[in-house]
Amino acid sequence: MSENIANLEEQFNRRIANGETIEPKDWMPEKYRKQLMRLISQHAHSEIIGMLPEGNWITRAPTLRRKLALLAKVQDEAGHGHYLYSSAETLGISREEMYDQLLQGKAKYSSIFNYPTLTWADMGMIGWLVDGAAIINQTTMAKCSYGPYSRALLRICKEENFHKKQGMEIIATLIASGLKGKEMVQESLNRFWWPTLMMFGPHDTNSPNSAEMMKWKIKLKSNDELRQRFIDMTVEQALEWGLTIPDPKLKFNGKIRSWETGEIDWEEFNRVINGNGPCNHERMGARRTAHENGSWVREAARAYEEKQRLRNISAA
Amino acid sequence: MNNPPQLFEYLIRIADDRLILGHRLSEWCGHAPLLEEDIALANIGLDCIGQANNLYTVAAEVEGKKRSADDIVFFREAVEYKNLLLVEQPNKDFAQTLVRQFLYDSFGLLYFDALQQSAFQPLAGIAQKAVKELRYHFRHSSQWILRLGDGTDESHQRTQEALNSLWRYTGELFESDSLEQQLHSEGIAALSSGMKEEWDKIVTEILNKATLQIPSSEMHQQTGGRKGQHTEHLGHLLAEMQILQRSFPDIKW
Repeated sequence: MSENIANLEEQFNRRIANGETIEPKDWMPEKYRKQLMRLISQHAHSEIIGMLPEGNWITRAPTLRRKLALLAKVQDEAGHGHYLYSSAETLGISREEMYDQLLQGKAKYSSIFNYPTLTWADMGMIGWLVDGAAIINQTTMAKCSYGPYSRALLRICKEENFHKKQGMEIIATLIASGLKGKEMVQESLNRFWWPTLMMFGPHDTNSPNSAEMMKWKIKLKSNDELRQRFIDMTVEQALEWGLTIPDPKLKFNGKIRSWETGEIDWEEFNRVINGNGPCNHERMGARRTAHENGSWVREAARAYEEKQRLRNISAA
Repeated sequence: MNNPPQLFEYLIRIADDRLILGHRLSEWCGHAPLLEEDIALANIGLDCIGQANNLYTVAAEVEGKKRSADDIVFFREAVEYKNLLLVEQPNKDFAQTLVRQFLYDSFGLLYFDALQQSAFQPLAGIAQKAVKELRYHFRHSSQWILRLGDGTDESHQRTQEALNSLWRYTGELFESDSLEQQLHSEGIAALSSGMKEEWDKIVTEILNKATLQIPSSEMHQQTGGRKGQHTEHLGHLLAEMQILQRSFPDIKW
């Protein structure tokens, strides 16, 4: 038996090494399945929780065009969540189970959504920085070894690119409208810069699962590598806009043509992922409230379906 | 068309209905009972606000005072808004939201259907697109009325309560004042007073199927939206909606 599994695993590893994609019905090591389940459900939860900080501004969006765009964007996020939950379900876990894990605080989601959105400029900042960081992560992950996740990411990245453009347009418009607009943007950048860098996760030296996940191609680039790519891209854009990155140690290293930053506050990172960020409590509270307030609706829908089923049987 | 202020006033009414209803729906985003409903309510809200945007744009052109659609939306007071009282009622729970939606959709579908024939081309064009969207909205809200009315005891009770509390705002849907009558005689407006019978038929059929009791026809009906006399809810909605434009009039958004 165990020899059999060893054989299967060897075969599996060979397929991965050859760049083949793994599909739901294929044999896979239990740990591969578990890691993917964790990864995809975390991504789905992040989309769902991520609706809240932006949802916070839909009713206050300053023009009709911005209101339509923001509502459509948050709706896209709900769609991504829906799509990703389905993707994770191919691994043998139900949406309800994943949802329970989230509501019970057993599942994680991206730490960035535990920060508040305080001004309209934050809607631009989330598009530019947060969606920008997500795109760097996800376009890399779109080449991962698991077929359903890879396909979901391809589709999601297209929409994320659009969201990022939208965010950059909000920022450019505010900056162009004068000093007050620019101040609003700078203040927002000051709050979002460091938390965005944290989105890429701990340093490679502190990332316990990385080696195995890289072997299985459910991680293709290291956290630090992706973070650096993001920094180099974003600093240039900030300079172009005349914004200041809130990092006194930031300097350009001409030899490697790359920006060097100060150290991330890892204590803050750990505090936020362990549930004590500025909005963890509110975000989970909002999801729990929505779930509890909605239970009678879901029950009604089930009861009605059942009545209809019985009616159809007796009519037949 | 010979009288821009009248036409402007008329367009604003319909636009305000769509905007305020869409705004209420957008308040659900991220808080709906099911992920599918987060998506659906946002979708319907987007249709409503999109239609409003088109109507305000046409209204601004008709007015010819160099006001933009955004100026009209963000710099009017509650008493200058002309929407029906029904659409500004708060979401409260899912039953209140869906009953409000159902009562409006069943009316809106008839109304925009008639507007497709408007002699004012821009309005006819908007109506032709809106009818397709409203058909989907009506299907969505009427299906929920069936599920909620004929679901569990609790859902039935909540839906009946919603119906009882919102019914007082349905009479206003069918008031055709002199402005609507005038523009109808010119082939521009739809005449809501002529739609009551058809609406009764549609609503009665769904509510009966949903095992819900239709409130008494004797119930006193509230009115005033078309004259800017609103319930207290609208002022709060607008305060939230307009805050950025009012706080930073110099910023471009």
